[in-house]
Amino acid sequence: MSTETTHDLNIDRSVGDFHYDVDYEFDAGTGLTERTIDFISDVKKDPDWIREFRKDALRKFESMPMPTHWASRDLDNIIFDNIRYYLSQGTQPKRSWDDVPEDVKNTFERLGIPEQERKYLAGVEAQFDSEAAYSNIKAAVGEQGVIFVGSTEGLQKHPEIFRKWFGKVIPTGDNKFSALNSAVFSGGSFIYIPPGVKVKHPLQAYFRINAENFGQFERTLIIADEGSEVMYMEGCTAPKFETSTLHSAVVELVALKGAKIQYITVQNWSANVFNLVTKRGLAHEEAEIKWIDCNIGSRLTMKYPGVIMKGRKARGEVISIALAGDGQHQDTGAKMIHAADETTSNIVSKSISLGSGRSTYRGMVQIGRHLKGCKNNTECDALLINTNSRTDTYPAITVRGKENACQHEASVSKISAEQIFYMQQRGIPEAAAMSLAVNGFVNDLVQQFPLEYSVELKRLIDLEMEGSVG
Amino acid sequence: MSTTLMEKPTEPCHTDWPAWFAAGREEALRDYEATPAPTRKDEAWRFANIGNLDLTSFVPAPPVASEGRLINGSQGLEDVSAKMVFGNNALLHREAGGLPEGVIFAPIESAVLEHEAIFRKYFMAQPVELGSHKYAALHRANVSGGALLYVPPGVVVSLPVEIFHWSEGGGSSVYPHTLVVCGENSRVTVLDYFKSADGLRAFACGVNDLHLEAGAKLTYIAVQDWARESLAFHLNSTIVGKDAVSTALTANFGGGFVRGESLSRLVGEGARSEMFSINPAEGTREIDQRTLQDHVAPHASSDLLYLNALDDRSRTIFAGLIKVQPGAAGTDAYQKVRNLILSDDADPNSMPGLEILNDDVRCTHGATNGPLDEEELFYMQARGIGRDAARRLIVNGFFNTLLERIGPQDLRDYLGGLVARRLAIG
Repeated sequence: MSTETTHDLNIDRSVGDFHYDVDYEFDAGTGLTERTIDFISDVKKDPDWIREFRKDALRKFESMPMPTHWASRDLDNIIFDNIRYYLSQGTQPKRSWDDVPEDVKNTFERLGIPEQERKYLAGVEAQFDSEAAYSNIKAAVGEQGVIFVGSTEGLQKHPEIFRKWFGKVIPTGDNKFSALNSAVFSGGSFIYIPPGVKVKHPLQAYFRINAENFGQFERTLIIADEGSEVMYMEGCTAPKFETSTLHSAVVELVALKGAKIQYITVQNWSANVFNLVTKRGLAHEEAEIKWIDCNIGSRLTMKYPGVIMKGRKARGEVISIALAGDGQHQDTGAKMIHAADETTSNIVSKSISLGSGRSTYRGMVQIGRHLKGCKNNTECDALLINTNSRTDTYPAITVRGKENACQHEASVSKISAEQIFYMQQRGIPEAAAMSLAVNGFVNDLVQQFPLEYSVELKRLIDLEMEGSVG
Repeated sequence: MSTTLMEKPTEPCHTDWPAWFAAGREEALRDYEATPAPTRKDEAWRFANIGNLDLTSFVPAPPVASEGRLINGSQGLEDVSAKMVFGNNALLHREAGGLPEGVIFAPIESAVLEHEAIFRKYFMAQPVELGSHKYAALHRANVSGGALLYVPPGVVVSLPVEIFHWSEGGGSSVYPHTLVVCGENSRVTVLDYFKSADGLRAFACGVNDLHLEAGAKLTYIAVQDWARESLAFHLNSTIVGKDAVSTALTANFGGGFVRGESLSRLVGEGARSEMFSINPAEGTREIDQRTLQDHVAPHASSDLLYLNALDDRSRTIFAGLIKVQPGAAGTDAYQKVRNLILSDDADPNSMPGLEILNDDVRCTHGATNGPLDEEELFYMQARGIGRDAARRLIVNGFFNTLLERIGPQDLRDYLGGLVARRLAIG
């Protein structure tokens, strides 16, 4: 069995105390076949319907072409045979703090990440000791009847709720990568909020990661029952120092009548990662689903959070910030499908391209015929920092019915020389002035993030800006 | 899908093309046959009803039967400097008395012989890049009717030049071609009309290419009024040199399925291209427009405004792209599509795109969809104007906001009259 899968990493995994348990119960090996699926299902003790679901997904994944007719051709550089699709707990490659590159350590330092978390984030420790924090949250919300567990536990212990919605918002064959996720998913969260319960604390995946191995192929399902409210947060501003190059999550949200779900993501991937994520919510009558999304880092991120507004007066919103550093491509956007009267949606997207970075907004807005009183507003603004930076906007808008309205606006600009000059006049160095200007550009969106995120985001933008000026 | 169209020689009278041109036609035919037909998966054909592209029912156009009627029906502006009339790909009529010295205004069949240098340099020099490469090849393989207009440097053609292209007979295939070359600092206005003699379904596959050398100023108006069931391609490219200004307006009054592709390439510093379109859509008409504003040179500007009014079960597709190349610092580009929705069954699709590879730009784009203003309707109804007439008046006003961008006044008034007539007003 191979011990080395990919070579384009910042670290050499053969250095250090790297090993796989001889007992191959924990390692599915590289490549993806039906045997891999059986292996995963055996280890996870999947019920039969999940095993079949996975196998069906594998067939779909294999039959679907890579979407390079519209997406980046860089996707063709993913070698599926070299990928390890399942590593269970305790079989993650081990690595010592000394192996972690200096720049990653410096970033932790500058962001003020606590010592203990740094080790976890750097992949030095498979688990960091937040079990207590997770238990507290679990206990607090558990009293209200909230279920907050891993996806495996969810499907095993709460099949009556899980099965009803799993794969219903994002069908397996939605796209090639949702099919891949459906075949090999592990990890992710399952959350159920009972009717009328308003969860005070934001639920954080951050605290739950260690309960189950944070996988490459997370599967998250959140169901907010009638009139309930929940805020879910995943990721953090610190760079996630990754050894696996392909991440493909599927996140499904279901907001029943009058429910509200806010899903907040802040991700900062290392520059070798393909991050290809499918996220979609289903909003019933008067329900509200809001995606707040911040994408930093990665080699290629493709992510278009969507909301299907199925019930009257449902509301969908996507707030997104993308920062494409040198050599990176942030291909992000939003999908808004209006399928009932008086549904409203709002998309605000801001992107920043640094160096040779490329940020792309791709959007879809659909308002069906014979609907009344639907409205969409889309704004996307792009900021280019260097002359070789790139930005693209590819919206697709189909708004039918004469009682609906939609507007889309986009602008592209660079930081005004006058602004920078003004600040320099007052003794602010050029680099700091640029950072201030960039922070000003995204400020109104950053304020929508929870406080601790918004503070870290600002620091992170400062950091990313360094070296890109002059 | 369209091989039946190619089995017979299309224009038996034109067997005497010069060798280079004949070779080009043969090569284009091979290109047409080798190029796969568009599929639903092609991004350049997204949202389009590919089923509309079936060419099997079309045949080569026979010579026209009603020459006099077509010539007499070719009435545009009152005062023009020159006019040409084509019917089913053949030249029917030509008058060029008002042109200044040195201006070349020739049908293709004589341009290939008498003005070979100019014609060869510009004829289909710009590849068709926005999805219809196959149909551009079909055009090139069959083209015979069409005109070359060359305005030498410094020459100002004060009165407009008009070209009429007619289709006659059910199933006829026509390949109208217009090639305008404006020398340095020249000025000219061209009106290109596309008309049906009998309202019968025809196939039109036209190319119009506009070339503006430094400082030239061109106003190009295309009034497309094919039969309401016709299948039409109009493939345009506009190459704009230093400080030159192109203003182009396409009015799609006719056609059942119209595929328009417009590419503006700004190759000289300070160049400007204005791209306008007026599209009244009703019935089951589908107007599919793809545009590219390609900024190659620095400090150039482009401004696109497309207006669609959709009634009944009509469809429109707008897919536009502003592309700012790495060297195009100081670009100022604007792109806007506005859809006025008059019916619940209408289907407007908008894809306003940007690709920006330089940071020193000002680019904005927008797309709006909106219904008729009920208050305006009520206001007019309260004053005794019927609901239907009021609707048409509002649509007319909507289109007139665009005509205000076109000069001079008499041309604008004339176009306003055409729009009003199309909407059956007054």
